[in-house]
Amino acid sequence: MRFAWNETQQSFAATVADVLARACDPAAVRAVWEAGDGPVVLPAWAALADLGVLDALVPPDAGGLGLQPVDLVPVARVTGRAALPGPFVEHTFVAAAVLREPGVRATAALGPAGPVAHVVDVEVVVTTDGERLVAVGRDALRIEPVRSVDHSRRLARIHWDPAAARELGGPAEVAAAFDRGVVGFASQLVGLGEALLERTCRYVTERHQFGVPVGSFQAVKHKLADVAVALEFAAPLVARAAWSLSCGDPLASVHVSMAKAAAADAAELAARHALQCHGAIGYSWEYDLHLWLKRVWALSRTWGDAAWHRERVAREILEVPDADEPDGEERR
Amino acid sequence: MDLTWSPEEEAFRAEVRTWLAEHVPAEPLPSGDTREGFARHLAWERELYEARWSVVSWPARYGGRDASVWEWLIFEEEYHRAGAPQRVTQNGIFLLAPALFTFGTPAQQDRYLPPMASGAETWCQGWSEPEVGSDLAGIRARAVRDEAGGGWRLSGQKTWTTRGAFCTHLFGLFRTDPAAERHRGLTYFLVPLDAPGVTVRGFGRLDGDEGFAEVFFDDVFVPDDAVLGEVGEGWKVAMATAGSERGLTLRSPGRFLATASRLVQLWRRVGRDADPALRDAVVRGLIGAEAYAAQTLQVVTRIVDGARPGPEASLAKVFWSELDVALHDTALRLLGADGELDGTWMRGFEFALAGPIYAGTNEIQRNVIAERLLGLPRR
Repeated sequence: MRFAWNETQQSFAATVADVLARACDPAAVRAVWEAGDGPVVLPAWAALADLGVLDALVPPDAGGLGLQPVDLVPVARVTGRAALPGPFVEHTFVAAAVLREPGVRATAALGPAGPVAHVVDVEVVVTTDGERLVAVGRDALRIEPVRSVDHSRRLARIHWDPAAARELGGPAEVAAAFDRGVVGFASQLVGLGEALLERTCRYVTERHQFGVPVGSFQAVKHKLADVAVALEFAAPLVARAAWSLSCGDPLASVHVSMAKAAAADAAELAARHALQCHGAIGYSWEYDLHLWLKRVWALSRTWGDAAWHRERVAREILEVPDADEPDGEERR
Repeated sequence: MDLTWSPEEEAFRAEVRTWLAEHVPAEPLPSGDTREGFARHLAWERELYEARWSVVSWPARYGGRDASVWEWLIFEEEYHRAGAPQRVTQNGIFLLAPALFTFGTPAQQDRYLPPMASGAETWCQGWSEPEVGSDLAGIRARAVRDEAGGGWRLSGQKTWTTRGAFCTHLFGLFRTDPAAERHRGLTYFLVPLDAPGVTVRGFGRLDGDEGFAEVFFDDVFVPDDAVLGEVGEGWKVAMATAGSERGLTLRSPGRFLATASRLVQLWRRVGRDADPALRDAVVRGLIGAEAYAAQTLQVVTRIVDGARPGPEASLAKVFWSELDVALHDTALRLLGADGELDGTWMRGFEFALAGPIYAGTNEIQRNVIAERLLGLPRR
């Protein structure tokens, strides 16, 4: 038993964090916002490709790093902290792992994913026709752009001719790919929440009212303490879910849904309190806070919101009869 | 990251589970917060001790098994899973013992640990006073030097002392230097409650059981070796204990996993006829218990790596205490009108409501989190 990231996992994430610190500052995120559905160079994407991050889950014999989802959780967290625009999770956790064609840029939409992010930025979409896991080339898609509250998501609804779809697997592959994506988003949500908490702590320490930092008031402290608690207990669920996926635990899907539900709730709480503790400056378009807020609002909902994932846990756990102690009486 | 148990740990779990299956009383014992129930619980503690399960993580010479912290976690999980009785010895074993292991002299350890393990001596905590709750450093009970007698004379009052009316000993903070800065003038004492000048009066908790006591000290003499740690260092010793109370040792994840599991069983029995929103609430509780268990594995890994418990314990204290209330609240709502009955879930709810209050209120914990972990400015 050892619940900690190993040195390789940590240094991989630290390397990515360095790249993002250089290539993905808020101005770079805003550039994607402002591009609409037009052409834009996704920040840090080329550097991440050079590092092998984007093909990390591809087996070595197909030209990837052959890592497991658990190895990528700290990396995804770092991309969340930076509010990295682009289909990082869809590509790296989902599509690349099943396409096994390093260099091919892809996005994905599975389960209750909703509209697809970054279709305009990719060559292939990995999705499902309800049964099979399929890849559809961008040229074979009819794309109906829709706008997310987070403009950098470059969302679209997609339609395709089934004949144009290439089969990648059956229902088991759909389920596994979906769970990998959900873990990736859950980890990004933890990172987003952490970034919001840190930014807000800095702000309330600098901002003075009544002659003192507003962060010295208990009403502010207690909100941010609640955010710290929520993130502290969401993060281990994400790590555990990724571990379960990586070693084929029979309860992996339950663990994945627990992770997304907890991470979405924690990040939403972080967003809510971050805005409140910033006050009017946080409500201003020119101020960067909303780049993180809106990513939280988007990712907490995509690929199943917290209620959807709790319902999946309910179906797996509550509906199973259990002969052991059937009365539900508590003893102390 | 390796979330698997070793074959040795699995064997330990099997041994614990087998023993508990054979020994846990078939019927729940009466409340350990009544005189009769306390005695029945002590008999159970004796049974645990004789099979060397009462203090698994302690050295064998004090009645333990030298179990690793991982094995301790496994024991706790199995103990709660089996629905075994509450530990009426917990304030000694889980709160005082860690301080004794850290700050006690070898003579004190040899004197106090074996009878604590066997339940022959039982300990209550003397911190709160009528005027001292959250502001613990404001303690007024005093200890005055008795040079001639070679010890100290205690006076003052402690209150809200859990199971004080049934225990044999009290560990507590007393002011030894009224002139010093208030955190520095405190000393940690180990006091037998049958010492001349001690008066104990039990009183009812929220649930009506006599689980509380007020303890009066009227010029009570204790010798020098009743001091744990250095004179004037009581705050430091007490905070070491506070880390235990807020975090790991008092509230092991097994307890909440067991409560969540019983909540799931209750839902299976009555949930389909209840408010559909309660289905979501049950799952929230289950996720909370799993989150606490997973976070504990992370904390224990850090402890194994040599970290000392610090202000992070406040994160856990806020989380488990609010989780416990939520689990019981959900169960009571599932029970509908029957929820008002003075039954096990209502008793559990009343007990859970103490969680956000004791061991430092959750408001104090949030201040600790904000100031010491997040670095927000003090007032």
